[in-house]
Amino acid sequence: MAEGRRRGFWEVMNNIDRRIIFVVLAVCVTIPLIVSTGGEIKPTAPVIRAHASVEALETGDYMMISIDFDATSAPELMPMLRAVLRQAFEKDVKIIMLGHIAIGLPLGHMALEQIAAEYDKEYGVDYVDLGYRPGYIAVIIAMGREIEDIFASDYQGTPLREMPVTENIHSYDDIDLLFGFEHGAVIDYWVRYTQARFDQRMTFGTTAVMAPDAYPYLQSGQIEGLVGGLKGAAEYETLVGHPGLGTRGMPAQQWAHLLVIGFIVLGNLGHYFTRKSGKRAT
Amino acid sequence: MKRTVPLLITFLTGFFLIVSFFVPHEPFGQLEQRLLVWFAIVSGFAMLLGVDSLFRAHLKRIIRAREGRWHSLALLLSLVVTLAVGIIGFAKFGSPFHMQSPFMFVYTYGIIPLQATMFALLAFYIASASYRAFRARNTVATLLLVSAVIVMLGRVPIGAAISQFFPVAQEWIMDVPQLAAKRGIQIGAALGAVSMSLRILLGIERSYLS
Repeated sequence: MAEGRRRGFWEVMNNIDRRIIFVVLAVCVTIPLIVSTGGEIKPTAPVIRAHASVEALETGDYMMISIDFDATSAPELMPMLRAVLRQAFEKDVKIIMLGHIAIGLPLGHMALEQIAAEYDKEYGVDYVDLGYRPGYIAVIIAMGREIEDIFASDYQGTPLREMPVTENIHSYDDIDLLFGFEHGAVIDYWVRYTQARFDQRMTFGTTAVMAPDAYPYLQSGQIEGLVGGLKGAAEYETLVGHPGLGTRGMPAQQWAHLLVIGFIVLGNLGHYFTRKSGKRAT
Repeated sequence: MKRTVPLLITFLTGFFLIVSFFVPHEPFGQLEQRLLVWFAIVSGFAMLLGVDSLFRAHLKRIIRAREGRWHSLALLLSLVVTLAVGIIGFAKFGSPFHMQSPFMFVYTYGIIPLQATMFALLAFYIASASYRAFRARNTVATLLLVSAVIVMLGRVPIGAAISQFFPVAQEWIMDVPQLAAKRGIQIGAALGAVSMSLRILLGIERSYLS
């Protein structure tokens, strides 16, 4: 009787209804977002290197920011974008924003306007948004010779030569650092064509899913730093000294990870005991 | 003739682009720049073709009252409304991306939440799939399971709170075995891309013409 009850329990654990997993996960993610239960965030080497690459810029230097993501990846990439913008404006670095994902570029623009307002920066003088041009690789390579050939004007149609921030900007030779925010293959295009061909200094922020793809470039020294996923964003916010949505989201991610691990352990125990009692029965 | 001319254009374009990579001086450098700008322009028109194809396919479905016509209607209405607010924003503010533009309202309160919701659903499916897939059925599956647990614990603060082993082991997994596999895949893909490009340039691979 007790054996049968035990077998029934492990059989249930071996095959938990997916709706139960969904509900428990929803609860586990929602509560930590309301009641913070986060632990200490220690920056890791790739994020420290990314932070150092921006820190190495001097007043008046130019940083090109590429928005290569859309709202699907915003929870991971927007916090790091805001942290990087804060660090850059704090150092009086000029920002040139552009993007290869048309539907995501307004996200970058909103963050740029928000952070620029915090630091009293003026559009066209301290920062500019070039907008979007189709063509991915063609756009990236063509900017190596003359940015104006591709982006004759900014997103509002103002010619580049009429704005103080871009009047003397022609190619990657005038860009001191490229910081790309990536959720897809555009990171490969930047590294293969801009770093390999034009020797551009570059650092990236990526989604957690994309970070493993960027590790080979980090190890080979082609990129200077890597901020990966929400954890990377939280680490960057820690380094900048301005905790934001990355830091606030970490407890939710932490509990989600713990829950998934818990379900995996239960599933494996269920699998093991069900198989064991099945063998004994035969 | 119908096949020879496109093959010749492909070969010459590829040839000039390869030469201009190694000889960036005139006339190759300028020619490459011109070809790249053309490529960007053609890409823009390709997007228009995509919209045209999408519009026709869904319009046909609505007119013929096929299954899913209400979804098609929602799609076309969304497309037209987004386009309209974009044009209004352009006319009124000089750019649809102006913060006061009606396009930005649709973007902020329509597109962003919809996209975020679609992707957020993935978290639930990943949790369910991990529970079912990570079973220690054999040695390889066990290795994958253990690595996944270490990486998941190493990437959250509680992992370091339990033991310093987790963040250190997580970094090692990402830096060594993961990197080796990823690099192998990338080298393989690059060799494949070089081989396929050569086949196309030399006219051996012609499937793109059909």
